[in-house]
Amino acid sequence: MTATAPPPGSLLAAADLRKVYGPTTALDGAAFSLHPGEIVAVMGPSGSGKSTLLHCLAGIVTPDSGTVTYDGRELSAMTDAGRSALRRSEFGFVFQFGRLVPELTCVENVALPLRLNGTSRREAERAALSWMERLEVADLGRKRPGEVSGGQGQRIAVARALATRPRVLFADEPTGALDSLNGERVMELLTEAARSAGAAVVLVTHEARVAAYSDREVVVRDGRSRDMERLV
Amino acid sequence: MSARRGHLPARAEPRAPGWVRDLGMGARFAVTGGREGWIRVLLTAVGVGLGVALLLLTAAIPSALAARHDREQARQDYTYGRTVPPKAANTLMIADVDTQYRGKDVRGRLVEPEGPRAPLPPGVRAYPAAGGMLVSPALKALLASDEGTLLRERLPYRVVGTIGESGLIGSHELSYYAGARHLEPLIDGSTVARISSFGDPHPTSEHTDPVLVLLVLVVFVVLLMPVAVFIAAAVRFGGERRDRRLAALRLVGADSRMTRRIAAGEALAGAVLGLVLGAGFFLAGRQAAGSAEVLGVSVFPGYLTPAPPLVLLVAVAVPAAAVLVTLFALRGVVIEPLGVVRTGRPARRRLWWRLLLPPAGLAMLYPMIGQGHDEGNFNQYLVTGGVMLLLVGVTALLPWVVETVVARLAPGGVAWQLAVRRLQLSSGTAARMVNGIAVAVAGAIALQMLFAGVESDYSRPTHHDLTRAQMQVNLPPTVPVPDAAAHFARTPGVRRVTALSSGSLGTRSWRGDQDIAVELTVGGCASLRELAALPSCRDGDVFALAGGDASDDGTARAVLPGRTLYVDPSPGGRHAREAVWTVPRGVQPARPVKDPTGMLRSGVLMTPRALPAGARTTVHGAVYLSLDPSVPDVTERVRNTAAGLSPMANPMQWAATEHSRKFTSIRTGLFVGAACVLALIGASLLVSQLEQLRERRKLLSSLVAVGTRRRTLGLSVLWQTAVPVALGLLLASVVGLALGAVLLRMTGATVRVDWASVLTMTGIGGAVVLVVTLLSLPPLLRLMRPDGLRTE
Amino acid sequence: MSIGHTLLGLLESGPRHGYDLKRAFDEKFGHDRPLHYGQVYSTMSRLLKHGLVEVDGIEAGDGPERKRYAITEAGITDVAQWLATPEKPEPYLQSALYTKVVLALLTHRDAADILDIQRAEHLRSMRILTDRKRRGDLADQLICDHALFHLEADLRWLELTAARLDRLREAVTA
Repeated sequence: MTATAPPPGSLLAAADLRKVYGPTTALDGAAFSLHPGEIVAVMGPSGSGKSTLLHCLAGIVTPDSGTVTYDGRELSAMTDAGRSALRRSEFGFVFQFGRLVPELTCVENVALPLRLNGTSRREAERAALSWMERLEVADLGRKRPGEVSGGQGQRIAVARALATRPRVLFADEPTGALDSLNGERVMELLTEAARSAGAAVVLVTHEARVAAYSDREVVVRDGRSRDMERLV
Repeated sequence: MSARRGHLPARAEPRAPGWVRDLGMGARFAVTGGREGWIRVLLTAVGVGLGVALLLLTAAIPSALAARHDREQARQDYTYGRTVPPKAANTLMIADVDTQYRGKDVRGRLVEPEGPRAPLPPGVRAYPAAGGMLVSPALKALLASDEGTLLRERLPYRVVGTIGESGLIGSHELSYYAGARHLEPLIDGSTVARISSFGDPHPTSEHTDPVLVLLVLVVFVVLLMPVAVFIAAAVRFGGERRDRRLAALRLVGADSRMTRRIAAGEALAGAVLGLVLGAGFFLAGRQAAGSAEVLGVSVFPGYLTPAPPLVLLVAVAVPAAAVLVTLFALRGVVIEPLGVVRTGRPARRRLWWRLLLPPAGLAMLYPMIGQGHDEGNFNQYLVTGGVMLLLVGVTALLPWVVETVVARLAPGGVAWQLAVRRLQLSSGTAARMVNGIAVAVAGAIALQMLFAGVESDYSRPTHHDLTRAQMQVNLPPTVPVPDAAAHFARTPGVRRVTALSSGSLGTRSWRGDQDIAVELTVGGCASLRELAALPSCRDGDVFALAGGDASDDGTARAVLPGRTLYVDPSPGGRHAREAVWTVPRGVQPARPVKDPTGMLRSGVLMTPRALPAGARTTVHGAVYLSLDPSVPDVTERVRNTAAGLSPMANPMQWAATEHSRKFTSIRTGLFVGAACVLALIGASLLVSQLEQLRERRKLLSSLVAVGTRRRTLGLSVLWQTAVPVALGLLLASVVGLALGAVLLRMTGATVRVDWASVLTMTGIGGAVVLVVTLLSLPPLLRLMRPDGLRTE
Repeated sequence: MSIGHTLLGLLESGPRHGYDLKRAFDEKFGHDRPLHYGQVYSTMSRLLKHGLVEVDGIEAGDGPERKRYAITEAGITDVAQWLATPEKPEPYLQSALYTKVVLALLTHRDAADILDIQRAEHLRSMRILTDRKRRGDLADQLICDHALFHLEADLRWLELTAARLDRLREAVTA
């Protein structure tokens, strides 16, 4: 595979990614592409390299080789500060266990990325509250993450991820810690909110019923990715 | 390991009781926890060890002071007494010729054995011949060094041997016995005497300077308290991890009492290792104590032997305390098989009992205010209790202060908000981390203030007028005053010499009872003008001073022209004869002014020629010297001149600039001690900080993932430490200043805030925080690497 | 399950007699339902008619006549197409899928491809169901959920098989 030019029209693309952690090869020539507003599921068995692919795509981890291009910009050519700024302003993140800051209230958690971008506190919290309304958790604003249920916590995490109106939302097993009913509700709200906000979603999951909320899926196996669209 | 089998009920072999097994298991966990486990055990052990060493040292101090006191009494030469025993085969002539050299006391004795059985003081096997001297090792070293050049001039004797340890009260004592001749005529009932034995004929129980006792007590309380706080914090190191381990043990069937015993066993392991370290520290410290000198007090290592019951008490109490703290920390915690549950929200901190502690401490100290000046005794229990209550008050108030203040902090920037919210959620942890620093700083500020106050009090005489004279030299009758004045005038650095002799005039012969006695002062016109306003003055004039002292009406009644007055012969020694003087017709009235000693004199002033010839040797000669302080060692030169005139000449320094040098070393020592305690606490702060960071590793890396700047996270860590520390230092300063003020009032010294020490101590406290934050930054940055996300 | 494609696939490794074909089929796929010889005969004549196999030779013997069949180029293409076409997601499809995977392994084709293609097809169905569920009422949701859970079970089987392809290859080619 030598295709390094990103597919035309793609917002985020990766080619020939390789990443080795000590003795384990996490990625071994993986490729990926994402179009604006598209929801793509990254599937595969555990240990296949899904999360590493997501981390590389988001600029959290630098691949050993290969390229990640976002909106015409090569991520590996950017400084760490530049990538951080990109993550602050263009990307949103939802993790498996919410990863909310336990000491901040829920609304402060949602407002946090906005504040990191320099929005004033009052304005950030107002915007945060409106996002929490959309995810049906507005009444939890004054509570701390330890006082809400797992499903509520994930919805707050989704609100936090979308608050900065990112162009790409990265969700790493967003329902992994939830039962199926709560998981589905989170997925419904997540995909609806992302679509209405025009955000593309990279959805890492090993669950088919979660992946069914996507537009298409990419399977990662042994560090290599297969784009199902092209296969069929 | 056979202990593995211990889990199974084995009926055949005799088994240790369950609690022994649990404690043992806990101890094994403590040492098998890998590198981190070892660091934790070591820190606990060092903390406990320091505490143990300090406790042992404290326990040894009374016996050390008693040992000094006993030796002091054993070598006492009792020179006071009106009756003089006859010369015999077992008598010794001895003269006290103590001097000072650069602020240190030098004990000096001139000795002249009068027979083969003359008594020997402890530490001396044979007396030196005239012109030779026995010296203490410290004096020997001083004389041999460049430091001792001026002292060599003052002690013109050959060193012929050293004084044994039994004749000295401290390793640093400067002392000598010099052989002399013809001391008998100098017997005066105070400094020169004939004795037939050494040792105080009326042994007293120990009486130490109460201020010294106070200082010792406070120093130890102040140093021990942070160590206690540190131990309390140290046994909590790794608490979270331990709780998880205990939960795992519950899962496999340990009951809650077993888990508590296992936790106690872990703490016990550190404490026992601490005992061993503490014994080592103490032995090392004991040796070091032999080479140290505090307030002019040095001891021999052998003195520092704590009483065995006290040692036993320390050996039992410290590990017991460590275990109790552990159990206390676990009291609100229920360890369930599936994890640790903290029983609900801890009740809101109540204020009233916390506020009660400092006033209670002050109340305990209050009755002793002013006792330092009256030579009164400080009640040791009240002092210790009061100081401890004040310092414990800091540890009790601080969590409340931190909680209250933090709850009211408005969120500002992101870093600030993260820190404030974190503190609001767990202010107790933060306060506990800072407690040690706060107590150490409060104690150190109080002590520094006490030293500074006592020091300035010691170096500022209350009535001497230092602008007119800074030294006074009392001359023995063998030295003619004009000669002495001339010698001093030639001494480099002496600006002006005021020579005044003084004696007493009585209306009856001094052989019998006296009726009216008035002062007699003899001096040149210039010298006399130092103490009286004289209209005119020529040699041969006589003046009557009246109205100086309100209670003095003797001058008006006794100094009447034509009246015969008797000159007190006692200043001239035992064999001096009484001179008689008739008040001349030309006696002039004069008004007194304050003399260089700050007193208003009364009685008769005579110019030298007016003094009857027989009275020349029956007045105390004294010169008052105005010195040029810029001449180096001017006081030592004056002392040398005095010693050259007579070993009996007694120079006294009024401007005690050298006292401050004595205190400087103590303050430096205290400073170093406080810095060490703070460094130790800083180490524990760092450990718990790192532990906390590790627990939040995933959260931190996810914050980095969403694009948080590292600077923001670093700042939030800094704020998180800085806010409680700032509050702690503030509280510590307030309590420290209050304690310092009370202690100064107790010693009777003037209360003055020593801002320099406040700033230094809070500065060190702040520096510790900064260093801890700086040291925790690299691990923080490492933890923030996105690898932290890679754990699921 | 298409017996014709299966027999074709078996022929790819080399020409065989009809009776051999039946034995091979029974051994690999017909654990509980052996193939009737008549089925083999009729299937082979249909394949002959379509030109997917040819008669390689006839052995006269004491029993019935024994024709040896060989696969043609057209037959090979037909097998490849069949393998590449995902099965319609329905219950108990794994027997068909299993046949395909084993045949792919026997003919040294990429069996993982077959599984991935099937997974994509399953997911497509699941997307449709998920979408319907989102728009529909509770009854719709329950019906769709039932189907979704079944499809999910298939998908899990696909994952599991994909993870065990190497072992399966060893077993069937041994």
